[in-house]
Amino acid sequence: MQRIFITVVIVLLCIAGASAQSSNKLVAASAARGKTVYLQRCMVCHQADGGGVPKLNAPLDGSSAVNSTNLAKLVKYIVKGFNDRVEIDGEFYENAMPAAADLTDQQIADVLTFIRSNWSNKAGPVTALQVKQTRSKLK
Amino acid sequence: MKKVTQISIFSCLFMSLLLTAISTSAQNIKPDADNAGLSLPAGFAALKVADNVGRTRHIAVNKQGAIYAKLERLDNGKGIVVLKDTDGDGRAETKTSFGNYIGTGIAIKGNYLYAASNKEVFKYALNATGDIVDENAVATIVTGLMDKGQHNSKSITLDNAGNIYVNIGAPSNACQEKDRTKGSMGMMPCPILDSAGGIWQFKVDQLNQSYASGVRYATGLRNVVGLDWNNQLNQLFVTQHGRDMLNNLYPDLYDTTISAELPSETMYAINKGDNAGWPYVYYDHFKGKKMMAPEYGGDGKKTVDDKFINPAIAFPGHMAPNGLLFYTGNQFPARYKNGAFIAFHGSWNRSPLPQEGYYVVFVPYENGKPTGKWEVFANGFSGKSVVKNPRDAQHRPCGLAEGPDGSLYISDDVKGTIYRIMYQK
Ligand code: HEC
Repeated sequence: MQRIFITVVIVLLCIAGASAQSSNKLVAASAARGKTVYLQRCMVCHQADGGGVPKLNAPLDGSSAVNSTNLAKLVKYIVKGFNDRVEIDGEFYENAMPAAADLTDQQIADVLTFIRSNWSNKAGPVTALQVKQTRSKLK
Repeated sequence: MKKVTQISIFSCLFMSLLLTAISTSAQNIKPDADNAGLSLPAGFAALKVADNVGRTRHIAVNKQGAIYAKLERLDNGKGIVVLKDTDGDGRAETKTSFGNYIGTGIAIKGNYLYAASNKEVFKYALNATGDIVDENAVATIVTGLMDKGQHNSKSITLDNAGNIYVNIGAPSNACQEKDRTKGSMGMMPCPILDSAGGIWQFKVDQLNQSYASGVRYATGLRNVVGLDWNNQLNQLFVTQHGRDMLNNLYPDLYDTTISAELPSETMYAINKGDNAGWPYVYYDHFKGKKMMAPEYGGDGKKTVDDKFINPAIAFPGHMAPNGLLFYTGNQFPARYKNGAFIAFHGSWNRSPLPQEGYYVVFVPYENGKPTGKWEVFANGFSGKSVVKNPRDAQHRPCGLAEGPDGSLYISDDVKGTIYRIMYQK
């Protein structure tokens, strides 16, 4: 009886491990696609190191917004652009961030997954479904 | 009692004469052992006049050698810092401040100091010692200029006929319907040019002037940050920041290498009524041509030859010429006289290639024209041999001023270091 129990536990652990591994792989693939989007559409302003440009373009590396759980805000910045000139982590930025409304839900999920897990950032991935849900609520 | 006052007044006068004498002789000033971290041509030396002054944009030096620095972020609620070297060692011992507004432009002409916020220009009277008579007796000579964040800094210079020139940068990259957005076309005609994207001329002795009372002196200038009145030629010169993002907006027409080098940063000799062509054209220093902008039907090949002025000299793209100064002093060797110094703030629009600029350039002049060659004069501000990402730069040169003894002053708007460059054989 005990043996069976242990076997079951081991099998369950294996399944969990495997699915974690495959979801890690999915996240890694999403981040890799996101990097391509980043290089073409975001790097010019936010720079290769995610550090932005002092006084012009906000940094993404270490940004509290990028690392937060408020995905709706992040999706909105990308779909609508961002030109509010509000204080971001104690600084103001002069440039205008254009909307990238032509990006698909998947591409937005990918680029967000990339910026949230790259440089010193350690926030969780974003799925296309999550983007779809918040995007549909944007006016 | 009377006698004592008299004596002290005399000794004060004597001391200040002595100090002026010391501070005007660059030969006696000891430079920093490492030349303030800068590399300079042979015979030149540098020191840090002050450090951590704040985000210092442009600077002006009075006849006594005191430095007025305009801050882009208030420091203890103040936006203009006054630095004085009281013992003649070239370094500032005293620092005072006034003015509760941020900005870039600052200039001294005659007995007045002029300073700009991002919307206004103010005027203060100076007394015989070059100090502000009364910081509260400030006259608003220009007001209501466009400030939409992007390219909002106002730089100023003055001619000898009672006029002040103010740049009004366009709050836009290329006058697209939607700024910096892929696929968005350029507006025709560009409506921004009515109130920005040019140089406006105002009178120094009138109050509260704005668009209606000013003159649009030159147009088609996207974002000028450096401007100087050339007293030898009696003409306005400006340095323009060229447009960004050719590759991002038109990846099929411009690869990342071309987009890093183009368009050129440009310096123009300006006559009243000139049009430099933004947003319809940009300059290509490889071809030596004005090119039709892609937002207006350009393809990287179509040139525009029959309209708009040509630059006096052009530089590689995106280096951000923030300060312009025609050198009139006698301290530097003769070849520098009447040539132009340009402070390049340094690029951000060249990635994935390494960034460029972050140095001060000299443009030699002969017979009132640039020779066409330019050379890096002062380098090393960034503290890096290559700047990959702008945040890595420790200092970025921004403003330039000439001291009464012909020393060149350079301001840095990252840490607020003020450099003094001297020629010492
Ligand atoms: C033209 C330059 C530019 C481009 C291109 C650009 N951004 Fe931005 N971005 C900015 C600026 C400027 C801000 C700050 C805006 C403000 O303060 O109003 C910003 C802010 C942000 C923020 C918020 C940061 C914070 O801490 O609040 C995020 C997230 C962001 N950008 C992501 C992106 C992504 C992803 C892309 C590519 C799809 C992108 N940006 C493309 C200029 C740009």
